[in-house]
Amino acid sequence: MSETRRITYRDAIREALSEALTKDERVFLMGEDVGRYGGAYACSKGLLEEFGEERIRDTPLSESGFTGAGIGAALAGMRPIIEVMTVNFSLLCLDQIVNNAATLRHMSGGQFSVPVVIRMATGAGRQLAAQHSHSLENWYAHVPGLRVLAPATVVDARGMLWSALECPDPVIIFEHAMLYNEEGDIASEGPWTADIDHAAVRRDGDDATLITYGGSLPKTLAAANSLAEDGISCDVIDLRSLRPLDRERIVASVVKTHRAVIVDEGWKTGSLAGEVSAQITESAFFDLDAPVERVCTAEAPIPYAQHLELAALPSEEKIVAAVRKALRI
Amino acid sequence: MTAFRMPSLGADMDKATLVEWLKQPGEAIKRGDIIAVVETVKGAIEIEAFEEGVLDRHAVTPGESVLVGTTLAFIRNENDEGTSTKAVVPPEDITPAINRKPETEKSGAIEMISSNASRTAHVVGERKVSPVARKRAAEAGVDIARISSGEDGIIGLAQVNAFIETGEAEQKERTLTQDAPPKTEKPSLNLDVMRKAIGDAMTKSKREVPHYYVASTINCTALKSWLEVQNAKRTVTERLLYVAPLIKAVARALKETPNLNGFFTEGAFHPSTRIHVGVAASLRGEGLIAPAIHDTDELGVDDCMKGLRDLVTRVRTGRIRGSELSNPTVTISILGEDTADSVTPVIYPPQVAIIGCGAIVQRPWVVAEGAVEPRQVMTVTVAADHRASDGRTAARFLRTLDKLLQAPEAL
Repeated sequence: MSETRRITYRDAIREALSEALTKDERVFLMGEDVGRYGGAYACSKGLLEEFGEERIRDTPLSESGFTGAGIGAALAGMRPIIEVMTVNFSLLCLDQIVNNAATLRHMSGGQFSVPVVIRMATGAGRQLAAQHSHSLENWYAHVPGLRVLAPATVVDARGMLWSALECPDPVIIFEHAMLYNEEGDIASEGPWTADIDHAAVRRDGDDATLITYGGSLPKTLAAANSLAEDGISCDVIDLRSLRPLDRERIVASVVKTHRAVIVDEGWKTGSLAGEVSAQITESAFFDLDAPVERVCTAEAPIPYAQHLELAALPSEEKIVAAVRKALRI
Repeated sequence: MTAFRMPSLGADMDKATLVEWLKQPGEAIKRGDIIAVVETVKGAIEIEAFEEGVLDRHAVTPGESVLVGTTLAFIRNENDEGTSTKAVVPPEDITPAINRKPETEKSGAIEMISSNASRTAHVVGERKVSPVARKRAAEAGVDIARISSGEDGIIGLAQVNAFIETGEAEQKERTLTQDAPPKTEKPSLNLDVMRKAIGDAMTKSKREVPHYYVASTINCTALKSWLEVQNAKRTVTERLLYVAPLIKAVARALKETPNLNGFFTEGAFHPSTRIHVGVAASLRGEGLIAPAIHDTDELGVDDCMKGLRDLVTRVRTGRIRGSELSNPTVTISILGEDTADSVTPVIYPPQVAIIGCGAIVQRPWVVAEGAVEPRQVMTVTVAADHRASDGRTAARFLRTLDKLLQAPEAL
């Protein structure tokens, strides 16, 4: 058995960045405060010293500008990694991502690839209020031409970046802000690539399927643990890839358990949870024993006040209650 | 346009199979016309229309098994002539039969029959079945309609699995699918199923109805002598059985004790102004059925006899009308000759009383002078619902009945 070592999610991202910069000279990191400051979430601390200003590039506060520059660099054969501070700010470069990055392969009849990787933090929980805390992953998961990843574990955070860089199409990686301090074990030695095509089953069970991704995975696993104490066993599926969705794995689990609860930090209306629910209904309707349950964020801008922020977000208690409802107990 | 719906023919019925249509689209329909024959656990039942109109179209084909409250056909009424052909099907009618919610308020059929029927339909209509429960039941060959829902009114996988695990289901299905006679024959009764239906109704009764029992032995010598005189004058087909004057006397006695006649539904007793005496009749082989003789108190003894003869014939050949089954307001159970001295019967809910008559037997009887002489006597036991009446009521009923039977010529 190979050795493991314990690192944080933030360390995993930094190692992955460092590895990519080392392995492929076409790779460079660009974004606000990624250089001298070391990244808004300190993911690129020390990289400027190691790789220099050419490859660790601080940018002006213009998401549209530097994301567009990254897309252009990718078109020209580079492998840029763009860091956007939070998904809220990414709305300023939504035009570049949706109208350019996502479309050019199709509009050029396959002549151009846009192998850009755009990383951004997402999610609430740090009292950063409504303009820094939203979960808009499904805005991107809606768009054909993009691949959307949500590493929820240290292992995935370590491995997904390189796999994303190997993908010839634009890849958006969502890093939930509450995960950066999470610790986990990874193999001492590489390669640390990750499967970016499939969902992962994080826990096995027979009574209900919990489907989640990103920052909601720890809460969902905690809920599954607490339910297990009452003899209720749950499959916990970590979607990992939000586009495309691993329909096959979701359906296989629901066919086994007959009940599905989707945990998604996005707002319920128009959510990714809604899409997952629709896929379940399309593919596993006749195997359902209860309506699909969704645990999402309250339909309000994320509040600043801590107690209100907590009340708005999915929680272990809400997940447990939803599972019990699906089980009619 | 009115929906003609599967009526409930008793508290223990929640579904039936359409056997044949006796009215076709375009045919005029009068109140009381027999529209269709359906098969229930009680056998083939003729179901009647409760309103005038023209049958527009059938909504169910023979062989289909549907829940109480399901639309069977559409009847065009006078007031919608002209717009009739493009009748709008209510949206729920395109949903699977099992989920159809009866619209009690619109259904002429259900309105007309007793309150217990609409209650049954209501409960049936609220049952929700999860998709996987439906699938599992289909795979196991289990009829969903026989599965009890959970406390929340839903039939889920857990309920279906529990039903299958009891093994009960398997056994019943085997009886239905293998032991049942070939389909080409006339619809016939499945006795196991009927036994189950009787069992369900009686279990419910013994569980929910606080029975009390009051009995009297009644001198029937006068009745028997009167019958002998009557029958001496009559042809064989016109002869009276003692059951006819007995039923008439029971109906008249009930008129004076209204708390024994009616239904206990939705937590309250609802006396019935009309008296429809249900006569418990045993079927060939086994099984029981208690169809009503309508307005028994208003019929003469001869009409009672005619009604009885007609009912018995039709019960034995398996053709009873829906209304006869659904609305008896009280039941009488008559053991008949050469059987036993007395019977302590069980109420058929939601009725509130049942009258059990033992055989008329010759027994020593103390006559006026203090001497003991042989007399023809019958022990009558009233089982009644304590929520609707007290022992005194039943005792008064028995006294009245006794008095009436001493003067059969006046019945």
